[in-house]
Amino acid sequence: MRRAASEQRVGGPPPQERRGPAAAPARRVRRKRRPRAGRRRAWLLTAPAVVVMLAVSGFPVGYGVWLSLQRYDLRFPAQRGFVGLANYAAVLSAPVFWSDLAATAVITVLAVGLELVLGLGIALILRRGLAGRRALNAALLLPYGIITVVAAFAWQYLATPSLSFLTDRAWLGERWSSFAVIIATEAWKATPLVALLLLAGLAAVPEELMETARLDGASGWQRFAGVLLPAIRPVLLVVLLYRTLDTVRVFDTVFIQTNGANGTQTLSLLAYDQLAGRLNLGLGSAVSMLLFLLAAVIAVGFVWLFRADLRELSRGPG
Amino acid sequence: MRKVRAVLAAVVAAPLVAGCGGGGGGVTLHWYVGQESSGSYREAAQRCTDSSNGRYRIAMEALPSNADAQRQLVVRRLAARDRTVDLIGMDVIWTAEFAEAGWLRPWVGARGAQVSAGVLAGPLATARYRGRLWAAPFTSNSQLLWYRKSRTATVPTTWDQLITAAAALPSGQQVVAVQGARYEGYTVWVNSLLASAGTELVVDADRPDRARAGLAAGPTRQALGVIRRLATSPAADRGLSVATELDTRQAMLSGAASYSLNYPAVYAAVRAEQPGLVDDLGWARYPAVVGGRPSRPPLGGVNLGVSAYSPHPEQAFDAAACLRSEANQELGATRGSLPPTIAAVYDDPAVARQFPFGRLLRESIAAAAPRPATPAYADVSLAVQQVLHPPASVDPARDVPRLRRTIDDALASKALL
Repeated sequence: MRRAASEQRVGGPPPQERRGPAAAPARRVRRKRRPRAGRRRAWLLTAPAVVVMLAVSGFPVGYGVWLSLQRYDLRFPAQRGFVGLANYAAVLSAPVFWSDLAATAVITVLAVGLELVLGLGIALILRRGLAGRRALNAALLLPYGIITVVAAFAWQYLATPSLSFLTDRAWLGERWSSFAVIIATEAWKATPLVALLLLAGLAAVPEELMETARLDGASGWQRFAGVLLPAIRPVLLVVLLYRTLDTVRVFDTVFIQTNGANGTQTLSLLAYDQLAGRLNLGLGSAVSMLLFLLAAVIAVGFVWLFRADLRELSRGPG
Repeated sequence: MRKVRAVLAAVVAAPLVAGCGGGGGGVTLHWYVGQESSGSYREAAQRCTDSSNGRYRIAMEALPSNADAQRQLVVRRLAARDRTVDLIGMDVIWTAEFAEAGWLRPWVGARGAQVSAGVLAGPLATARYRGRLWAAPFTSNSQLLWYRKSRTATVPTTWDQLITAAAALPSGQQVVAVQGARYEGYTVWVNSLLASAGTELVVDADRPDRARAGLAAGPTRQALGVIRRLATSPAADRGLSVATELDTRQAMLSGAASYSLNYPAVYAAVRAEQPGLVDDLGWARYPAVVGGRPSRPPLGGVNLGVSAYSPHPEQAFDAAACLRSEANQELGATRGSLPPTIAAVYDDPAVARQFPFGRLLRESIAAAAPRPATPAYADVSLAVQQVLHPPASVDPARDVPRLRRTIDDALASKALL
């Protein structure tokens, strides 16, 4: 019991947000009694993991920051030197950065939106408990299991008139139709995962709750919007966050299908061009850092905005 | 415990022992070169390995088929001073960049003279930078105008004639297939148009401190006008902005295109895949921008460089000299449709059979416009693609100053591209 309580403390909600009014004082007492030696042992036990984390993520990020403050082009090693924020000024004053940011936003908003709507629809259908649901689940996951590059090629062929069995229009030849193909590819790949995660959320909604709503005379739509949706809101938000962070960094699909042509270049592609194409480590790292910052702002902002819902989730169902 | 130690020792020692294999001081040379589907590179490597009497063994490390991807892979290794890169099959545009960065060993003395003798002037120039020879010319390439004889009354000699003639054909046959995707192939097209109009992308390209955008206003406007005119006419493929060599070749094979600007590989593909079409396939010189002023076709090809980080430079130089020999260039031409760099090889009967257009091809290589030999070439190419892509968006009056500014930024390697 004691171990369970102290474990819950690590990732659990802060004391003032505890579930029942009666539970709070009891736990606070236990927390005070937690021995100093135990805490030190906890630190010691987690230390290897912390060191590994710092080595594999902290160091590269720090090195990236350091690179982004230098003029550093591998082809002109003699010109290397510290330039302060000049690379950031060059990036932020370039129109291409802002147009790439816009393209990234278009893809992220539309793809994630589509994934949530379709995923929720599929989850609702699956929740009905169709025959052969297990097989259906497996089939559903197939697109998610396909390598992104392969999926990107498949959709590219589908959208190319000389190769496609569906269309005689060059979808990748114009801006908005290119976006449509890219977004469709992304959504096709990620919707199954979204559907499965939402299905898990739906499964946790107690049947009695829905029964009560039905007995109270709630219509189908009211039961969906008023009962079901609020009940899975935390899961929905986590899926939204996860997919947003993933899609903001979209690279492979765009790289394969348009290589950034027709105004579809994303920030990841821009960073890649500077780093892998121009070997300009300074400018490329500055773009990468800004992309990292963008992802961090989204993550932190999201967690802060929906902190109550996320706490709900960490408490688990029931 | 002792057993474990013995096993460990064996595991650690095994690769060391294997590395010494081959005997007689023979070394393994890793040759990084673009994928060649006919197998002519592989056979040449085998021939050279055999004739070296155990001095070296050439191991091929295939690079991607697309020029941009090839460069990125090689450059990453060289920037990291990879000692397992010995020989590099270099696209003709890499010379200045690699030489300036100190990634290559120059060819000097008798060795340099040996791989320069009898080589066509254009390809040889692509292997030189600031007065030194940095690679051995291996294969060359240029584009011709391919056309369907049955749909062509008079063969066009200028872009205006070409676009007008194609647009007058019935729907479904109007396409002039050019490489309009956002990649190096598009820069190739732009560079040829500019040279044909009488200007160039970069002046003083080989002097990093003085290099700047050329792009005289009048000729540049004319060159960009051709792109605009084609992209907005019925002769433009619907997929122009994503068309690569492969797509343009396919358009010619399928009959959707009556004209295509492309490399001789088209001819080989038609012969292999649609023999019925061979008799209807005509060829002519790359069209000019201005009537009366000669056209400047693209110049492609591969040179063989020796990495500065190779631990076996002596063997690598010998292997490169062997790979580019007359016999191996003949093999590349007959089996892989790769145009030779040694002039005499074109006169070989088997090569002449493979290239019935051999005389025109040689003339095109001689007249070709090389792309600027600047160490910042990759940046310049990116700048061209950024300002002038997609083709239908080109606005000559607006884009001349934009292109000039972006190329100056690219040469300084400071601005975002």
